[in-house]
Amino acid sequence: VLNDFDLRGLRVAVTGGTSGLGLALVRNLTACGARVAFVGRRAQLVERISKETGAYGVVGDVGRKEEIHPMALEIAWTLGGLDVLINNASSLGPTPLKLLADTECEELHEALVVNVVGPFRLTKALFGALAASAREERGAVVINISSDAAVNAYPSWGAYGAAKAALRHLTAIWAEEAKDEGVRFLSVDPGDMDTPLHALAVPDADPADLKRPEEAAQEIVALMLGALRENAPLALAPRA
Amino acid sequence: MTAADRIDRQFAKLLVVSSDGAISHLPRAALATLLHPGDLIVANDAATLPASLHGVHRSTGESIEARLAGWVSFRDPTRFVAVVFGAGDHRMLTEDRPRPPPLSAGDRLEFGPLIASVECVLDHPRLVHIRFAGSPASVMRDLARHGRPIQYAHIPEPLMLWDVWTKIAANPIAFESPSAGFALDWRTLKGWRERGVDFATLSHAAGLSSTGDPALDRRLPLDEFYFIPEACASAIEAAKSRPGRVIAIGTSVVRALESAAAADRTVRAAEGRASGRIARGAPLRIVDAIFTGVHQPGESHYELLRAFADDKVLDRVHAAIDERDYRVHEFGDSLLVERQAAVAKAPS
Repeated sequence: VLNDFDLRGLRVAVTGGTSGLGLALVRNLTACGARVAFVGRRAQLVERISKETGAYGVVGDVGRKEEIHPMALEIAWTLGGLDVLINNASSLGPTPLKLLADTECEELHEALVVNVVGPFRLTKALFGALAASAREERGAVVINISSDAAVNAYPSWGAYGAAKAALRHLTAIWAEEAKDEGVRFLSVDPGDMDTPLHALAVPDADPADLKRPEEAAQEIVALMLGALRENAPLALAPRA
Repeated sequence: MTAADRIDRQFAKLLVVSSDGAISHLPRAALATLLHPGDLIVANDAATLPASLHGVHRSTGESIEARLAGWVSFRDPTRFVAVVFGAGDHRMLTEDRPRPPPLSAGDRLEFGPLIASVECVLDHPRLVHIRFAGSPASVMRDLARHGRPIQYAHIPEPLMLWDVWTKIAANPIAFESPSAGFALDWRTLKGWRERGVDFATLSHAAGLSSTGDPALDRRLPLDEFYFIPEACASAIEAAKSRPGRVIAIGTSVVRALESAAAADRTVRAAEGRASGRIARGAPLRIVDAIFTGVHQPGESHYELLRAFADDKVLDRVHAAIDERDYRVHEFGDSLLVERQAAVAKAPS
């Protein structure tokens, strides 16, 4: 048992669901009985994880504008609505990491598109579904995955840090604006994890010093449940 | 930015027909001033499918366009009612489009990655049931990427899905946009809430509004599936008991609610199928007023207004629309028609 709650019936979408934290979230949520759709860029990997977990796989890139609505359409169709959106897909920008003065404009742009504009577009495309879920008293939560780089000025983390800071503030403002619609917005910093993204950023880190993504996934699911319980106390039943 | 936004919403107009038949003209932004605390607005939260597919009729090699027009079985994307057109695209007036090659059951149709077969030809040579090969998930995946929104000649540039989804779009089941909903945005909803106006949604799979073929257009709207959630049904019950008015955003909401209405003026949360036209003399059990786009006499959207107001009033409305240059397409101006006191209420 991963959580104290049976998530049967909960409809969750996770971007970047084929590796690291996203994959751990897909595994955790499906194991708890939630209905999950996840997004990944690589068709073969998406298919494999879909087979393994039973979650619905959407092949798509949140960094590409024209793929957002087809993605939202598939998610809303397959889940028949949406209660929780987890914007987890992320780009480091240039790797190896660079000082800002060495960063190409296009590299900064890519980090902003994947980490800020993509989540904004997907959330906007699915906001109608989330608000509908809130009106039906099922609760509605958007979780945007942040980083301590959104708050601290780490040299060479400029593109990523600036993009994550923008996402964090976007989340805070949207949280205020969407309160009356019953849609909760959370920004979560999962900590330094043993993931492919971290390995790209810090190749010589010792995995033993890093958090396991499974542990972070469990914390995020607990936060998600807390937010849902506040908004829709009847939507979730304690596990029998 | 959407096509709907490109038309300056700030200057959108609203023609109001009050329950005594009086006509007034307002900026659409003033809609909220017409609503009273306790009123309930019901909108259609259907998201629009990319329901126009370009491809080939295999046995003749001729180019065709199929416009998906209705579900055969609700939410099953392997089977659809479709209207088939010959070569050409939306830039050509639908009326001028060539006919498709003669279609018969078993014909293979290819739309990029999507392969379909004609299941049966209905009572019109271009109205068919088609069945896509593959699982529901694989068909939806290909449809999401290969399909294009259905569109008409008045907007030449190709519409994208983001152009045809309203701000409240949630449930991808409609074939054409529930276009009255383009007038809504989240700020408008917030303003209504602050005035004590309630808001609820249902999902109605709006189908084609026009095919350009007079014989087919007389058959519109085709049967349309809808879903009324629990929250919507209880909001209606609460409004009726306050009492507050029920104001429908768009003809699809009127079709769904009146189709679902029981004789005692209640609506239960349920899935259903709206069939036939609502027109002159149709009883209105639930809806007290309709907010809709501006349509032309003869179109099913316009004929539905005859359930709200008599012909004399609607003749004056039509004259005022011409005289004041109201924009008639789906991103255009709006009408609010209250049910006329003179139009008899349905017997309870």
